[in-house]
Amino acid sequence: MDGVAPYVTADGRQIGGVLMDMRGITLRFGGVEAIKNISFDIREGEIRAIIGPNGAGKSSMLNVISGFYHPQDGEVWFRGEKRKPMKPYQVARLGIARTFQNIALFEGMSVLDNIMTGRLTHMKTGLLAQAIWKGRAEAEEVANREIVEKVIDFLEIQAIRKTPVGRLPYGLKKRVELARALAAEPKLLLLDEPMAGMNVEEKEDMSRFILDVNDEFGTTIALIEHDMGVVMDLSDRVVVMDYGRKIGDGTPDEVRNNQEVIDAYLGVAHE
Amino acid sequence: MHAPADGGLVTIPDLLARNVARHGAKPAYREKEFGIWQSWTWAQASEQIDALAMGLLTLGANVGDHVAVSGRNRPALYWAMVAAQRIGCIPVPLYAEAAAEEIAYALDHCGARFAVVGDQEQVDKIADVRDGLTQLDHVIYLDGRGLRKYDHAAMTSYADVQKAGRASGLLDQVNARSAARTYDDTCVMLYTSGTTGRPKGVVLSNRNVIETSKNSSEFDHLRADDEVLAYLPMAWVGDFIFSVGQAMWTGFCVNCPESADTMQLDLREIGPTYFFAPPRVFEQQLTNVMIRMEDAGRVKKWLFHRYMAVGRRVGALLLDGKQVSAGDRLNYMLAKLLVIGPLKNTLGLSRVRVGYTAGEAIGPEIFDFYRALGINLKQLYGQTEATVFITQQPDGEVRSDTVGVPSPGVELRIAENGEVYYRSPGVFVEYYKNPESTASTKDADGWVATGDAGFIEDGTGHLRIIDRAKDVGKMADGRLFAPKYVENKLKFYPNILEAVVFGANRDYCTAFINIDLTAVGNWAERNNIAYSSYQELSQHPRVLDMILGHVSEVNRSVAADPMLAGCQVHRFLVLHKELDADDGEMTRTRKVRRRIVEEKFHDLITALYGGAADIYTETEVTYEDGRKGKITATLAICDAQVAAEQHKVAAE
Repeated sequence: MDGVAPYVTADGRQIGGVLMDMRGITLRFGGVEAIKNISFDIREGEIRAIIGPNGAGKSSMLNVISGFYHPQDGEVWFRGEKRKPMKPYQVARLGIARTFQNIALFEGMSVLDNIMTGRLTHMKTGLLAQAIWKGRAEAEEVANREIVEKVIDFLEIQAIRKTPVGRLPYGLKKRVELARALAAEPKLLLLDEPMAGMNVEEKEDMSRFILDVNDEFGTTIALIEHDMGVVMDLSDRVVVMDYGRKIGDGTPDEVRNNQEVIDAYLGVAHE
Repeated sequence: MHAPADGGLVTIPDLLARNVARHGAKPAYREKEFGIWQSWTWAQASEQIDALAMGLLTLGANVGDHVAVSGRNRPALYWAMVAAQRIGCIPVPLYAEAAAEEIAYALDHCGARFAVVGDQEQVDKIADVRDGLTQLDHVIYLDGRGLRKYDHAAMTSYADVQKAGRASGLLDQVNARSAARTYDDTCVMLYTSGTTGRPKGVVLSNRNVIETSKNSSEFDHLRADDEVLAYLPMAWVGDFIFSVGQAMWTGFCVNCPESADTMQLDLREIGPTYFFAPPRVFEQQLTNVMIRMEDAGRVKKWLFHRYMAVGRRVGALLLDGKQVSAGDRLNYMLAKLLVIGPLKNTLGLSRVRVGYTAGEAIGPEIFDFYRALGINLKQLYGQTEATVFITQQPDGEVRSDTVGVPSPGVELRIAENGEVYYRSPGVFVEYYKNPESTASTKDADGWVATGDAGFIEDGTGHLRIIDRAKDVGKMADGRLFAPKYVENKLKFYPNILEAVVFGANRDYCTAFINIDLTAVGNWAERNNIAYSSYQELSQHPRVLDMILGHVSEVNRSVAADPMLAGCQVHRFLVLHKELDADDGEMTRTRKVRRRIVEEKFHDLITALYGGAADIYTETEVTYEDGRKGKITATLAICDAQVAAEQHKVAAE
């Protein structure tokens, strides 16, 4: 499965070299081993899914990628460089953005303002300059607003631009979160259960947006998802975790036919 | 026959050229995009149109080719229609939300060689049916999102076509084609939504469109500095006349919303001076206002009710220039300051000088509400075959129960059976490839049957429409049955979205009701009524009780009219799904297709006329993407209170 040469998928997307390489990651909380010696890579331009039953360690893995957890063992390589332990904001500056399983937006702020916060890491003028609001600070705000407006257009949320997030239904909040992550123009987008709690129609919409993001901006996407149908449809390659171990890795078809994966999901009959 | 309306200007492109010369630097089109209103002057719009026209030539467009246009209202799509006209092609705007088969039918029927479409959704719909369309050469799309992977052999982006056009230097050829067009050439072809049967392609000539635009613009004194919001389907004749015909004739500015969902916000930002909306939009606005007032504080509520009452009493009188006492004038000024002004601003109607509603009869209460706000809301009566205008209300003679006097140049005649006929410069040329229908609709002298029953009121000369001629019937005991009359009364209640009344050749009337999810959902929330679906809410005992109250009230009001007292609703049920155009139950302009509803729900109708207290039913539904599903429900059948002595109602 691991030919590193760039290739073109059946539907015409360009998959490049390795963007992020996780090597022998082990993460412990006290005596509990949440992740046991897992290695896998994420290639440029692909949609990579991490799946597994409850408690398999998927979210922990995502938190390792985003720099929130620091693994006790193993190395994280990003764009050909070994990453030193860093703070989440430093990871964000490297071009990694994420959404959360439990929505983490500013409820009292408008959709527009929430998405503008996604541009924070790209703002260079200081607090004072922004307060005076002339010259460079103003130009910077305009440029950032333009990018945010493109994201708003892309995700079709023009009608709620000025609405406080707290007044939005769940499905739309999820979309606003995606918008905020996209506004950061990430190289790698991490989605933590983007479809959780959605109805069929909302799931279809979200799937389309994920595919479009990948297609239009060439953004590499790593996602955690419970809904197997969605995962198998969306992703190029899937990592399967169970009790902190990696039990499968490959294309959706390969994973679907992997006996260990089937056992983990459906359970094994006792002899 | 008349000479061309304005010295030698015989086509829409001629009018465009005149507007460029007259006010080339004035905004002609605006569209909100990326949160900002982008605008194009007449000169810029003309350049865009020429570029596309030349681009179409490079793709091999011939004189007389049909060019389908489909998508939400966007300047570029309006330009596409004019660009087609520039090179002697015939624009055919289609309903953007039509299902693939409907689009296939139209494309096949007119033999469109080109389709200019908005986005991926439209491209997909055409792709679905493209195999059957041998004549379709090329699809031109505006928004390329999601289309990169598509086969581009017969598909190009709008910008690329324009680029090829600009590079081609074919402007002389475009101009030569334009110059060869005559007043009697086809201007546009529009498919009627068709409450019955297949849609028909109505062919309108330049004469139809330009004469009508001229007459109607003069009737309402439209000016070059007017502003309109183009948000109604482009395939609808009204939008073509308002956003193309009249806009080109008077040179006013056409504003396109950012998306369908932002219409209300964009309306507020633009503040149109000339506004058109079907009754549905006004109903929706009023429902929203009422819901928000329900949630408002006591002071605000009191202010609202007190000053709306003043508005109701005085507003319409002032609009018509009638005598009003000084005290009332003062009161109305206060009302304007405290309630009406801010409310109009919220609704985006502050600047409306001329407002029209048409398409369906509007409830008198809704109509009066807007008049009370001091909005010059008038009714007009028209149809595609008349290039919109048959009758309209002059300023100062506005009433909710008539549709006005004949528009300039229109003659009216009422046939013996009550059906309304008209003859005018706007009368359509023909139904495309359908001489039988043309002959049965339009006689040799140019009189056209409207299909509506009505009469001209003595004294005022205003036309009153009762109902569709074919829907007006007799009940079993010979009394008059006019379903629309009752349905409109029911639909005034914010909780009722749609109603369908039955009763032709029956002993008594019955009805299907659709609840309005916005209004009823809000009510349920305030009353702590839990529900998990539309279906569950629709059958909730308290919802049924509420609807029962509405129906009984309507019965009392119907009973007051001796001619129509037979139309009281004896039994009704609340439907478990909204009537929907995707399921064929409504037209794309959201008129109920009575026959189809009758056929589809015949089991429910049987139950209404039987004695049962409830009925189990299965209904096929079509999802937005065209897939089908099935929903099942047990519907309660309710007996309404009937005013005065009537037939005995089956016991529960």
